[in-house]
Amino acid sequence: MLKFFFTVIRRDVLLAARRRGDWLTAQFFFVMVVSMFPLGVGPEPTMLRTIGPGVVWVAALLASLLSLDRLFADDYRDGTLEQMLLSPYPTSLLTLGKAIAHWIINGIPLLVIAPVLGIQFNLPNEALWMLVLSLAIGTPILSLLGSIGAALTLGLRGGGVLVTLLILPLYVPALIFGAGAVEGILSGTGSEAQLSLLGAFLMMSLLLAPWVSAMALRVSVE
Amino acid sequence: MNLYYYASPSTFYPLAGKLIPLFSALAFILAVVGLYISFFVAPTDFQQGEGYRIIFIHVPAAWMSMFIYVVMAFWSAIGLAWNTRLSFIMARALAPTGAMFTFVALWTGAFWGKPMWGAWWVWDARLTSELILFFLYVGVMALQAAIDDPRRSDRAGALLNLVGVINVPIIYFSVKWWNTLHQGSSVSLTRAPSMAHIMLWAMLVMALAAWMYAIAVALVRARSLVLERERQTDWVRALLEGKP
Repeated sequence: MLKFFFTVIRRDVLLAARRRGDWLTAQFFFVMVVSMFPLGVGPEPTMLRTIGPGVVWVAALLASLLSLDRLFADDYRDGTLEQMLLSPYPTSLLTLGKAIAHWIINGIPLLVIAPVLGIQFNLPNEALWMLVLSLAIGTPILSLLGSIGAALTLGLRGGGVLVTLLILPLYVPALIFGAGAVEGILSGTGSEAQLSLLGAFLMMSLLLAPWVSAMALRVSVE
Repeated sequence: MNLYYYASPSTFYPLAGKLIPLFSALAFILAVVGLYISFFVAPTDFQQGEGYRIIFIHVPAAWMSMFIYVVMAFWSAIGLAWNTRLSFIMARALAPTGAMFTFVALWTGAFWGKPMWGAWWVWDARLTSELILFFLYVGVMALQAAIDDPRRSDRAGALLNLVGVINVPIIYFSVKWWNTLHQGSSVSLTRAPSMAHIMLWAMLVMALAAWMYAIAVALVRARSLVLERERQTDWVRALLEGKP
């Protein structure tokens, strides 16, 4: 069972490593979206510092959504997904593995890029650390909830935009607690509360999302 | 009487046909009575003047917007658990009405906010969660509309609906804490003086009217969905040929 789980993760990561172009697109999308904001609102350092955490977080949501429609779609198109569903292992293990692979491919690079973008927004050092920490707890939530949306919209026309419509409202708590944690450092009110809530939300997503996503996958493929 | 008897589309169809006039009439009468009380009987509020009368539309719409989402989730859960076609049809038939009430609540809220707070929109916890509820309705309807196969469309919509219902309280509290952590709440929605009894009555009557209206409209929509889905069956053919 564990072997199946790790095979799923390894396979997806390997596939992404072989297709670096696709993978880099989402990362550059993240960088570019964030860099557009100072151009739009002006280079005033104090204002950039106030909007910085929120902008980085919103861009992280969008970047994670951008790569979601490929989560199951490629395997669905060439029939691999059906074979995986026929395997004797629980489908929720498959969706959990897929979500974790999505996080490794798209979430971890964000953690590395985010501090650099934070510097652009004039964030102080502790806030940069908090940004990385909140993203480290928050981006798995994005992958997990996103896998539900990806499974529901599998093989539909205009699936990419549809995923955005379905999943963005569900991301709201992660955005609020994640950006709020960084905000807490900036305003000096502390961020333990937000981090704990973000962690609780992660635990709940970890518990429920793979299961719902497996049901959605069965609905979409049958 | 066996309740499951009406779970079949062929028995539900005539039952709904009989219930629709009843609920429409109730909705009409209650709305007339409710509007009369709210405009002519209820006294002018000493703080808010005449503008407060918007709440007689606004509050029932906001109640219904949340209630309908939960009812939809109830039908979705039943449909997924027992695989009953009619539950999915009910869930689907309720969605546009729920979205409409959410929109009305937001819209009338803006009209109320402008004279009372001096702003069409503030990022208050209730307003924000109502807006996100509207997005959730839109998401469910968009997903249902994007899938051509009715079976898959029903199930996908139902799953999303259930995920949404788990998320609604989380969203509400997160927005609430976000608001209080961000800034001291600039406006409070909770009115300090307790409401006059007659105002409360008007609001309850209006809420009942909205409720009856929602049932009537959902049944009309469910009936046409039944016809659309069962068009290849004998009873629908007999029904359509029986009419001149």
